[in-house]
Amino acid sequence: MSAGDAADRIERRFAELKSAGRAGLVAYLTCGDPDAATFERLLAALPAAGADLVEVGMPFSDPMADGPSIQAAGLRALRSGMTLARTLDIVGRFRARDAATPIVLMGYYNPIFRYGVARFLDAAKKAGVDGLIIVDLPPEHDDELCLPALAKGLAFIRLATPTTDDRRLPAVLKHTAGFIYYVAIAGITGTKAADAGSVTQAVARLRRQSRLPVAVGFGIRTPEQAAAVARVADAAVVGSALVDEVSAHLDGAGTARPDLVDAVLRRVRALAEGVRGARRG
Amino acid sequence: MASPNTYRGGPDERGRFGAYGGRYVAETLMPLVLELERAYAAAKADPGFAAELGYYLENYVGRPSPLFFAERLTRQFGGAKIYLKREDLNHTGAHKINNTMGQILLARRMGKRRIIAETGAGQHGVATATVCALFDMPCVVYMGATDIERQKPNVFRMKLLGAEVRPVTSGTATLKDALNEALRDWVANVEDTFYIIGTVAGPHPYPAMVRDFQCVIGEEVRRQMRQAEGRLPDTLVACIGGGSNAMGLFHPFLDEPSVRMVGVEAAGLGLETGKHAASLTGGSPGVLHGNKTYLLQTEDGQIVDAHSISAGLDYPGIGPEHAWLFDQKRVEYVAVTDRAALEAFRLCTRLEGIIPALESAHALAHAAELAPRLPKDNLLVVNLSGRGDKDIDTVAKALGVAP
Ligand SMILES: Cc1ncc(COP(=O)(O)O)c(C=O)c1O
Repeated sequence: MSAGDAADRIERRFAELKSAGRAGLVAYLTCGDPDAATFERLLAALPAAGADLVEVGMPFSDPMADGPSIQAAGLRALRSGMTLARTLDIVGRFRARDAATPIVLMGYYNPIFRYGVARFLDAAKKAGVDGLIIVDLPPEHDDELCLPALAKGLAFIRLATPTTDDRRLPAVLKHTAGFIYYVAIAGITGTKAADAGSVTQAVARLRRQSRLPVAVGFGIRTPEQAAAVARVADAAVVGSALVDEVSAHLDGAGTARPDLVDAVLRRVRALAEGVRGARRG
Repeated sequence: MASPNTYRGGPDERGRFGAYGGRYVAETLMPLVLELERAYAAAKADPGFAAELGYYLENYVGRPSPLFFAERLTRQFGGAKIYLKREDLNHTGAHKINNTMGQILLARRMGKRRIIAETGAGQHGVATATVCALFDMPCVVYMGATDIERQKPNVFRMKLLGAEVRPVTSGTATLKDALNEALRDWVANVEDTFYIIGTVAGPHPYPAMVRDFQCVIGEEVRRQMRQAEGRLPDTLVACIGGGSNAMGLFHPFLDEPSVRMVGVEAAGLGLETGKHAASLTGGSPGVLHGNKTYLLQTEDGQIVDAHSISAGLDYPGIGPEHAWLFDQKRVEYVAVTDRAALEAFRLCTRLEGIIPALESAHALAHAAELAPRLPKDNLLVVNLSGRGDKDIDTVAKALGVAP
């Protein structure tokens, strides 16, 4: 299903990647980690460092599908005063300078529910958000946010997992727009890595049922792992490894050291090289 | 909204009680939650399952639990006739085992080989570790590091029973974080693991399933009261953490218009201080732990920590069926402070020779408020959900004496 003009930015980006003959890199960072100003500098520099799409995490106090790294990032962001409203402001400022890089908001439903679904969708659209990944809204709850988002022209990107069997897959894919996010392991973010064979099989299964691009995430940390995914999927998603780079460059009081931004961007560049070189030679 | 012709019809096929409930979980868990729903429906339709559960409830848990006429409390309060439903006399000392017995029998039917649970006060953890010992299943209990510190005897009990107690340091290191951690474990161990949730919360079918297992409380009260007084009770009072002991007492009476029901939340240091655990009387609707319900949260939708002297009531949410009954105004919900609960704890101990759990003392404290304003023939049942041995250190500290 098409989600109108916002999904177009996602569609366009995957079309560009396809004609360039390569997969994309999706970079995840939690908004406001470790503080709003540092995050904004990171966000602004991600595309030039090689991120083809950006996932912006909306911090939540109780992230039940996330491992220790992203949990801690969320708590740092909340302590620094990040809110949903400020997250949308930050995306809006990014969009004013970058009209091409798709931005996907990722998080949990409660902050959006509190903010108000209609008000949130208006604000997200206006800020230049392209898609939403809401971990705790399975297709059984499509009427709450997925369908209203599609009606507004925002893509609702669904997670497919190793436990999503063939019987269930059509329901999962039904209202998915933008791309499909394949969660490579049954588990939380930032833990074990998936083996390449099972990812190849899973991507093939998704391709039989949908024409949407397939991004693969969970457990990808190194350029080599990113390259392996890039050989079979349309994009590789890297989150915890980048968030760990943030946390490794905090001082004892938890504030950003001067070398934090460079360190994270260096990691993004290395991962981007892995992804870009995957299908050569 | 017009009042429905039955209050006992929920949830609908999507697991909803009105606007509440549902299945707000990650895709990885959805197939498991659906599998559990099917397995529970099959067990519920099988008389063999009821017979097996009945056998263990009678011979292992020690049911039925007595309904005791508390003469001295009745005289002290000077109004309604006070009856105590003695869930404290169950094996392991609380109502929690009614549910863990039901769930572990279901887990066995489903061929699951590993049990996980969350616990706050440790009562549900002990009740889970107990049935795991009985049926020889490995058991992992997640418990907030803060709670481990204040509930040491229960931690040791779980370990003696063979369970592994995993301290949870994420978030605020309390019950809500233990629940998150148990869900994370489940996501990572989908093949062989059964998650025994301890209250009427979580994704569908948990709220309905835990309710069904706890309804034995209310069903017994109906029979016992008919035997004692020849009629229905007039007033039911129960404390509310997640709401399982209250739901178990209330649900069988929801369609009896003459029966008044009061759920008692923990007001902690007082609702006005913000340090409380009263999700209904001091919270707002939201989505957490797989269901939509009332929560303690900020303007921005971040969950805030609950506070209560009683670790078992210290939860920032409440079961979705209670949220619905609150909106429907079928059940009244009130809140009782730490201080009032302590006073009721003391009174029950001295007058009846029964040391109640601090959780149950909240219900007793509200009964003390209510009873004097009711006629002498009003039959008031307090659910004594557990015994208070686990709480004596906490009480000693609060009273400023050495235990
Ligand atoms: C004795 C006792 N009563 C009540 C509760 C609160 O739980 P619920 O509201 O689910 O009955 C607990 C929880 O640990 C408990 O141990």
